[in-house]
Amino acid sequence: MSATTTTTARTTESLTTSTSTPGWARWANQHRKWLFAAPAMVFVALLIVFPVAWTVYLSLTDAEGSVRAESSFIGFANYLDVLSDTERFWPAVLRTVVFTSGVLLVEVVLGMAIALLLWRPFKGEKWVRVAVLLPLVATPVAVGMMWRLIFDPNIGMANRVLGWFGLGPWPWLAGEHSALPTTMFIDIWQWTPMVVLILLAGLTSLSDEPQEAALIDGATAWQRFRHVTLPLLMPTVLVAVLLRGIDALKTFDILYATKGKGGGSFHEVETLNVYAYGLSFDYNEYGVSSAVLIIFFLIIIGSMWALTSRRKDVA
Amino acid sequence: MLRQSVIGTSLAVAAALGLSACGGGDAQSAGSKTVRVTLANHVWTENIKKALPEFEKKTGLKVEITQLGEDQLSDQYNVKLNAGSSDIDVMMYRPLQEGKLFAKNKYLADVTDKVKANKDWDWSDFKSGPVQATTYEDKVVGVPLITEQEVLYYRKDLLKKAGYTNPPKTLDELKSMAAKIKQENPGVAGFVARTGKSPAVTQFSSFLYSFGGDFVDESGKSAVGSPEAKQAYAFYGSLIKDLGPANVSTDMGWPEAMAIFTQGKAAFYTEANSLYKNATDPAKSKVSGTVGFAPFPEGPAGSKPYSIPSWALGVNDASENQANAWKFIEWATSKAQTLENEKAGVPGGRTSVAADPAATATYPKDLVEANAIMANNGVGHDRPLVVKVAEAREIVGQPIVDAITGKDATASADTANQKFQTFLDDENK
Repeated sequence: MSATTTTTARTTESLTTSTSTPGWARWANQHRKWLFAAPAMVFVALLIVFPVAWTVYLSLTDAEGSVRAESSFIGFANYLDVLSDTERFWPAVLRTVVFTSGVLLVEVVLGMAIALLLWRPFKGEKWVRVAVLLPLVATPVAVGMMWRLIFDPNIGMANRVLGWFGLGPWPWLAGEHSALPTTMFIDIWQWTPMVVLILLAGLTSLSDEPQEAALIDGATAWQRFRHVTLPLLMPTVLVAVLLRGIDALKTFDILYATKGKGGGSFHEVETLNVYAYGLSFDYNEYGVSSAVLIIFFLIIIGSMWALTSRRKDVA
Repeated sequence: MLRQSVIGTSLAVAAALGLSACGGGDAQSAGSKTVRVTLANHVWTENIKKALPEFEKKTGLKVEITQLGEDQLSDQYNVKLNAGSSDIDVMMYRPLQEGKLFAKNKYLADVTDKVKANKDWDWSDFKSGPVQATTYEDKVVGVPLITEQEVLYYRKDLLKKAGYTNPPKTLDELKSMAAKIKQENPGVAGFVARTGKSPAVTQFSSFLYSFGGDFVDESGKSAVGSPEAKQAYAFYGSLIKDLGPANVSTDMGWPEAMAIFTQGKAAFYTEANSLYKNATDPAKSKVSGTVGFAPFPEGPAGSKPYSIPSWALGVNDASENQANAWKFIEWATSKAQTLENEKAGVPGGRTSVAADPAATATYPKDLVEANAIMANNGVGHDRPLVVKVAEAREIVGQPIVDAITGKDATASADTANQKFQTFLDDENK
């Protein structure tokens, strides 16, 4: 570290003192912190700031049909419309919350259990780990299509298996009230491995001493987990919750692949993301759709902020 | 030194600008030798791809095809045309679904002069209904490509087993026959059709017309709350709820409904005739040998199936290669190509070809007869003729899924009627 600093300092010195150095090189050297950051800044400006600013602008207009068509500035009318819409918007918010909190809870609890099982070395450990992580590498659309076939009420595997035990047939994805829990199940199936992966990394980095001390003090397995492992692992758990939570909020592929546009005929699985997509790609209501997206954006930022501040408390 | 490089850079920029300006000029006058064509997944597309070398050889042009599923195609158009992109020259689109929206947004080039220029190609040969659907505010914006009607698909073997010699003539007969077959054959549904809120609307439309209703009445007001419409909703809903497959999903489009029929799990199926190959092709259907076709059964107002142009070809207004794009369309919709496609089972938009016995020589005989009957009594639309079709379909489709799931269809039709009226008022503002 210090060596690098010295080198840089020397280079700077030689550059500024040397009279043979061309002007542009001197200029570049003086502004190098901007110069090196420039590509990243341009990238951020073009691909993040501009789209967000454009969406904010669109959300304040009555743009529809085509974004190139004339539209007029209508202030916060779209936001008022959206926030007073109890037919599509608020149910979609509710579904987003139910979906996210539901899958998050199950994934963290289940992920923790699996991670604890895989923590200590055992025979065939490698194979088990690979098998557990497999769903993670499949593409969500393919996963959605696969489960859609399995859960087909008439020709699907799930009902055939239920039939062997004299149960069913259940409607699964086809049911008005069973569709959302079924998509949650698919999400849990696919993403629990990610939580396992993060928690396992956290567990492996824990030192053995506290565990041994607790063992000598006569703590039971549950007591060791509850009072030693879990508190030490808490920062990692929060990272997992944060990453998976944001991801779950934004879920689109699984929902779209299994239920299609509008989240099904009764909007059974229509979350905010699916709703915003429908507004812009089906209805061509770009103004309203942008307003929904901005509200959604704020919800994500808000929950992220809440979680990270909690994380600082723990750490 | 700094000044030097600034001058150098400006020179380079100026040169580049000059060059690109020239490039643009060239493209405007002669057009690129490559025509970029965006097509939907369809039997027609497969046929035309096979014939492409002939066109490329004749014109010296190169054709670049992008092929997408219906939904992906819509999304692609939404993104690219919205951005004013010029990298689509020819577009395959659905006149009744997106036609008005695209024409209103000026995505489709005005080809009125082009269709009238070539007497051999003969614009007057195209059927008038479809032509109306590809004309916007007196300007021709597309050429009809594929036309279709709704027919009744049925299983000859199941009918025979139940003691019927002929397919049903009326909707009431359809219902009683379906009920008997369902009862006598466990595991086989009497009837199947699309159930998804939006996909079902088009196939439901023939029921609606045959009951004497329509989506919009003569005065332009919503008519989905009329007594006729309510009857039609209840009838379609009960056909599927009482006589359809067990545990029926309310998300079925044609691929799902067709799968149930071709797996041998249903006796009757109402669907577009342009999809018949899926049921008669042994590679795709377990019941290929026993499928029969009949005209759409009569309701209280007679047999009134839709008869519509499902696909058309248009030129992207932002394309810089419009002349060559038109050359492709002229060839793809020529009499020869239309005939080739009709022979392969895809009915086109030309009267002369429809009248040619060679066109339908390979079709099932009963399908040809059904088509001939329906050509005379068809209704020219299968969904509300509005700009925002996707939204309208969801509104008028709600009572269908409500009826299928056993909810109060009458109340649902009244709600839909109100909503649809608000929608129409909003659109006509």
